[in-house]
Amino acid sequence: MSARLFRPFFMGLVGLVMAMPLLVLAGVSLNARKRLLFPPDGLSLRWYGELFSDAGWLNAVKNSLAIASLSGLAALSVALPLAWFLWRYRVRYARVLFGLGVAPFILPPVITALGFLSFWATVGMYGQFTAVVISHGIFFVTLPLVTISLGLESIEAEVVEAAETMGAREMAMFRTIVLPLVRPYIFSGYAFAFVLSLNEYIIAYMVAGFTVETLPIKIFNSLRYGYTPVMAVVAVLFVMLAMAVFGLLARFGDLPRLLGAWTPEDR
Amino acid sequence: MAELKLEGIGKRFGAVTAVENVDLTIPDGKLVCLLGPSGCGKTTLIRIIAGLEEPTTGRLLLDGEDITRLPAHRRNFGMVFQSLALFPHLTVGENIAYGLRIRGANRSVQKTRVDELLDMVQLPGLAGRHIAQLSGGQRQRVAIARALGLAPRLFLLDEPLSALDAKLREAMQVELRLLQQRLGITTIIVTHDQREAMTMSDLVVVMDDAKVQQVGTPLEIYRNPLNTFVADFIGSSNLLPVTVAGRTSVDLAGQLLTTPAISMDIVDGGPATLSIRPEDVHVLPPGAEGENRIAGRVTFVRDFGASVETHIRCDSVEAISVAAPKDRPDVACDDEVTVELPPASCVVLPR
Amino acid sequence: MRRGRPAGPAGYIPAIWPALMLCVFFVIPFAIMAAISFFHRVEGGFYEPGFEFANYARFFTTFFARILGFSLFVSGLAAVVCVILGFPFTFMLTRLGRRRQVLWLVFLLSVLSLSEVIIGFSWSMLLSRTAGLSNLFVVAGLMDQPASWSPGFAALMMGLCYLAFPYTVLILYPPLSRLDPQLPEAARMLGASPLRTFFTVVVPAQRGAIVATLIMVFVFTLGAYLLPQLLGRPQHWTLSVMITDQAILQSNLPFSAAMAMFLMLVSLALVGLTYAIGGERREP
Repeated sequence: MSARLFRPFFMGLVGLVMAMPLLVLAGVSLNARKRLLFPPDGLSLRWYGELFSDAGWLNAVKNSLAIASLSGLAALSVALPLAWFLWRYRVRYARVLFGLGVAPFILPPVITALGFLSFWATVGMYGQFTAVVISHGIFFVTLPLVTISLGLESIEAEVVEAAETMGAREMAMFRTIVLPLVRPYIFSGYAFAFVLSLNEYIIAYMVAGFTVETLPIKIFNSLRYGYTPVMAVVAVLFVMLAMAVFGLLARFGDLPRLLGAWTPEDR
Repeated sequence: MAELKLEGIGKRFGAVTAVENVDLTIPDGKLVCLLGPSGCGKTTLIRIIAGLEEPTTGRLLLDGEDITRLPAHRRNFGMVFQSLALFPHLTVGENIAYGLRIRGANRSVQKTRVDELLDMVQLPGLAGRHIAQLSGGQRQRVAIARALGLAPRLFLLDEPLSALDAKLREAMQVELRLLQQRLGITTIIVTHDQREAMTMSDLVVVMDDAKVQQVGTPLEIYRNPLNTFVADFIGSSNLLPVTVAGRTSVDLAGQLLTTPAISMDIVDGGPATLSIRPEDVHVLPPGAEGENRIAGRVTFVRDFGASVETHIRCDSVEAISVAAPKDRPDVACDDEVTVELPPASCVVLPR
Repeated sequence: MRRGRPAGPAGYIPAIWPALMLCVFFVIPFAIMAAISFFHRVEGGFYEPGFEFANYARFFTTFFARILGFSLFVSGLAAVVCVILGFPFTFMLTRLGRRRQVLWLVFLLSVLSLSEVIIGFSWSMLLSRTAGLSNLFVVAGLMDQPASWSPGFAALMMGLCYLAFPYTVLILYPPLSRLDPQLPEAARMLGASPLRTFFTVVVPAQRGAIVATLIMVFVFTLGAYLLPQLLGRPQHWTLSVMITDQAILQSNLPFSAAMAMFLMLVSLALVGLTYAIGGERREP
């Protein structure tokens, strides 16, 4: 096969395999009957209606959204000052903090999850909503830390110096120059943390699996103890939400750069 | 009203010496160029003056006041950066008003000053524009206006025109010089372009290898370079190897040439370099006898239209002459000629 | 910009909150977990402080060795498959126009953010006899009758590769997108076919990135916890599953902590290795 044909063929095949589970989810969520058969027998939106009329599912949606939005803020509150500090000063021990901020994302999450479980059990907050929020906040610090650091690196040194020669001190510099320039990177860091928190299972399960039911936990439970297509509905909505968030990031930000590519001007 | 004095300024980055023991006085109201090849320490020096680097040794005195340890944000110097460093998230007006805004000036004061400055750099009415919408020349002017926004005590420019194309650069040089003279502000410009330094400045500071090589007016530096580096870097020079033969003559490949009085630093009978500008080297028909005339053979001719460059080999050395076509005999490659090196144009430098 | 030390103690104020948060909620939990791994387990679900190696001693059983061996094997295999497929894919991706690259990235990020639960569920559906792909193959005449492929080893591998593929691509994306486009072009001008160019210029130039990615993906799949349960049989359960199982269902926190410590040391060693490789590559 010639190279011209091989590329679209290979990429198309990968895309198809990647998309298959999403198609299945869409199929299940729209299937009229509870038992899924091939070929499907009839389309309906009844499971979508069920999601919004079932208190249990709605509660899980509410929990997940609350945890994702609050833990995203917690992650930002740690990542922004840390990234700024690392960018602004050369302090040896601060690199250690950066390592700590990145570690949760590199280690298998089950380890971090067990660490959180041991901690919350020890301090007596096991099973509490706050514990999940803080755990997710720490676990996802990596994402805003990396995006904000990227944003800070993209600020030209001379821009900062120009502000300095015009009389800006540390606080004024942060408020008038640094913050406006890294704002898109702050948003994207938050968006990454938000979407991943929505889908996170193991930490939420280990910290408060039996008391605070998030959507992934609810889905897993429904898989084990009584299957319902509502879970596919939830999955479909989540995928659409993720696509919307990342689509917005791509629309208003430089997605390739956020993911580590160099813009043509850098070359 | 603002005279800057550098006393023994030095800067080391680890094992690298960027600036070594610089003593310099920047006179009030003058435009001074720091000129040198890249890596000579000129940018480090202006950054030390701006307060963006702290010197390892020495003192900075502004009108007698020691400002060595004063941080950049308290010096009130205006600076134009090499990249211009315009704030990409602010408009033209907000960029120019930045210093005033930091100091808490109210909006009407900011607006009046912005309009004033935009008029001054001939960009009236552009206050609301975004930086991305400006051309290169316009950005240049905004950067200048912004640096002058707070009526600074010192005006610093680091390679300010390097991003512009040749034609625009020439125009901006003239404009910048006129503006500086009108405001009478003490100004320091860093440049690697010797033409820029020669045409704009009151005083040129030639730097190389972390040290100041020579300070003087453009003409002084051009006419009386102190060493072969300056002679070669400023314009172009014939640098011919000679042996000193008395206080006012040298031996060039076996021919005695008369020169102005030779510096006492150069040993009689020792090696030296004879520097002479190509436009001072005259080409004459063969056999024209006289003082400081030697015989040679043309090896290369380059015609620029307005001038002709002739390369002549005289024994073991080669000299280049540049002359208007009418001032030069019509010679071609391999022709025998006589070369005149007028005594007044010769400078003898230590080898 | 000058980046010195903060001027005075007040300059350290911004670092206090992040340092505090990370120490209290990350370092201390790990310290507690490490401590618990040496504690004594009390039958019936609790533990009491102590210092014994009993939990670690259990590593030296054939049961544990089998689980560990299997965990390393599936993760290693999934990492190799993902890099073999992901490397050419990412290379092609970085050669696309910006618009199409962005679309792919949005899609890959969305897949990456899919919860393991959802991935496990949809693949068990796709590989089932009643509603799965085999029905499609039957319709297409490729198979005689639908088959059930899940649960099983193949299903688990499929799920793990699906989980790790977007991650692989996103790790390979920065180095490949920074690859000088003139490098392959130069090889083409010297007469190499696209395939030869890929194997003689692109792959060798990225050797370090490939090894680093292998290790990162390996560690990533080591953490998979739900897929072995949803797509595998009990004999396919990995270390991650055991850790959770011991902690939550068997209420044996000390043993679970000991296993987590072990997994962490393995992961840290591997991540350290990638950094060493990365550092080596940066040296000219």
